Amino acid sequence: MVERRPTLGILAHVVLLLGVLIIAFPVYVAFVASTHTVADVIKAPMPMLPGAHFVDNYLGALEGGGMGTGSKAAVGRMMVVSLISALVIAIGKIAISLLSAFAIVYFRFPFRMLCFWAIFVTLMLPVEVRIGPTYKVVSDLNMLNTYAGLTVPLIASATATFLFRQFFLTVPDELLEAARMDGAGPMRFFKDILLPLSATSIAALFVIQFIYGWNQYLWPLLVTTDESMYPVVIGIKRMIAGGETQTDWNLVMATAILAMIPPALVVMLMQKWFVKGLVDTEK
Amino acid sequence: MGAIAIRNVVKRYGRGPSALQVIHGVSAEIADGEFIVIVGPSGCGKSTLLRMVAGLEEISDGEISVGGRVVNDVEPADRDIAMVFQNYALYPHMSVYQNMAYGLKIAKVPKAEIEARVQKAAKILELSPLLQRTPRQLSGGQRQRVAMGRAIVRQPQAFLFDEPLSNLDAKLRAQTRLEIRKLHQELGVTSLFVTHDQVEAMTLGQRLIVMNAGRIEQIGTPEDVYGRPATTFVAGFIGSPPMNLLAGQADGSRFTVGGVTLQLPSAAPRAGALTLGVRPEHAAIHRDGGWPLRVDMLEMLGAERLLYGHLGDAAFVLRIDGTLVPPKAGETINLHLPREHLHWYDSGTGQRVA
Repeated sequence: MVERRPTLGILAHVVLLLGVLIIAFPVYVAFVASTHTVADVIKAPMPMLPGAHFVDNYLGALEGGGMGTGSKAAVGRMMVVSLISALVIAIGKIAISLLSAFAIVYFRFPFRMLCFWAIFVTLMLPVEVRIGPTYKVVSDLNMLNTYAGLTVPLIASATATFLFRQFFLTVPDELLEAARMDGAGPMRFFKDILLPLSATSIAALFVIQFIYGWNQYLWPLLVTTDESMYPVVIGIKRMIAGGETQTDWNLVMATAILAMIPPALVVMLMQKWFVKGLVDTEK
Repeated sequence: MGAIAIRNVVKRYGRGPSALQVIHGVSAEIADGEFIVIVGPSGCGKSTLLRMVAGLEEISDGEISVGGRVVNDVEPADRDIAMVFQNYALYPHMSVYQNMAYGLKIAKVPKAEIEARVQKAAKILELSPLLQRTPRQLSGGQRQRVAMGRAIVRQPQAFLFDEPLSNLDAKLRAQTRLEIRKLHQELGVTSLFVTHDQVEAMTLGQRLIVMNAGRIEQIGTPEDVYGRPATTFVAGFIGSPPMNLLAGQADGSRFTVGGVTLQLPSAAPRAGALTLGVRPEHAAIHRDGGWPLRVDMLEMLGAERLLYGHLGDAAFVLRIDGTLVPPKAGETINLHLPREHLHWYDSGTGQRVA
């Protein structure tokens, strides 16, 4: 934009500020609620300024407990479960997708295109469609309430495979040929040339997949019945008691804030790489 | 040592009767230390031939040997050759040093030896101050030199160049051409250089292989190829402007072309349909010359001048000294053709008759 028109500029900023407020307000409310006692939170009107119980509430949430009738599992444990699941899902997805894209792009084998289309078609099927049969398989394999049950069914990823395939197709053939002349075998080429070149794509994918793994709700809801295996997103739901009974809203909100921190951190720390991976075409 | 032999090599894509054959039985012997240029128009199969020598394309039929060893089924890395690619194919994430050292590292050459070889190559190519840069931070000419450095450090029996100069601008191309020649004089390694540029071919090659449509038209020194083109294709491809090719009927020392019958300085090798080739610089304006040329257009190139005209209906280009007073467009001048500069080709096959 070369033009300088003050009124337009002000208007744009007003719209942006409104947008930020609309998005930030619920988060702010959650934060305020997490710093008061239960009694204060459920009182109408709810206080709009942070209270004095920040430390109590967060420690309480992390260690578990509370006076309500919902789940009292320790949020600290849930955070660990979530973190491990999200990491395994993100790293597993990246590893599997890289290898399958490598196979599809660089190797000639029978039914190569069939394999590619089989992977591609599963893009169109959301997890919910195959959730019944997947649950049956996981439960038959005794993987309920395990990390394997939480992560393995979510690892296969058509999207990531497709993304890496598209990236590999843009790598000039001469690089492969030069590597062959240099005596690099297929895995050597993969490790020394393709992986470093894919670094930014991998980073972008890691951000997306970590958040995807962290925010999983439906699947963990099915496969975890044991409190010690709840991811934090499920934990929030379980903490809310049904009906007329009392819920520790201050603890629920503290948990919600805690649950927001790791994905936010991942995005903030990897933002530079993330953007680079999405827009970079430098080869 | 580094001799390359190509024997009846065929390349076809696909199998069975629908297979597309692009190289039709090509043979050539390249002596150790020789600099050979394969030249031809695009699509003539020259790059495919080079890639078959490199091992990047399978050989459908025939055999290729490097240093006396048949390499048809040998992996590219084990053929003891190095290749410089058209777009250089440098590893973008590695430094210049790593790019050059990569092949040696894989070959498990000791670290000290790698260091020594890379430093030596960098010194020859004047890359020493750039070793820590990545390819992105280099200019086109520097990248080209890194690509050559990567080939040199391997100390192979032969270098293969796949149009390595075509991505450079004209000035740099001329300069790099000289550098490649100097390098060849220093290292004396057998080199196979593919290009479509006849200037590169003439200036670099000790011998040229002229290819067209998957066949070798002529193998010879630049003087041979220019002075005695083996076919009408070579006559028309090498030289700028190319040789005048006049398809007509010969009968003794008379030659009918474009509706006029002309007197030859010496008898045609045989009677019948023949094509007469004359280089633009070999005909001369002469008062008593028996070939009337109607001048249509003139081009001043500085040192020389090109005259475009017609002999009867047949087009003819003449090159004269730029300092001569030229005829005017529309005038008819008389040409003299020295007998030693007449090239005769069979009009049907295009093969040289005399």
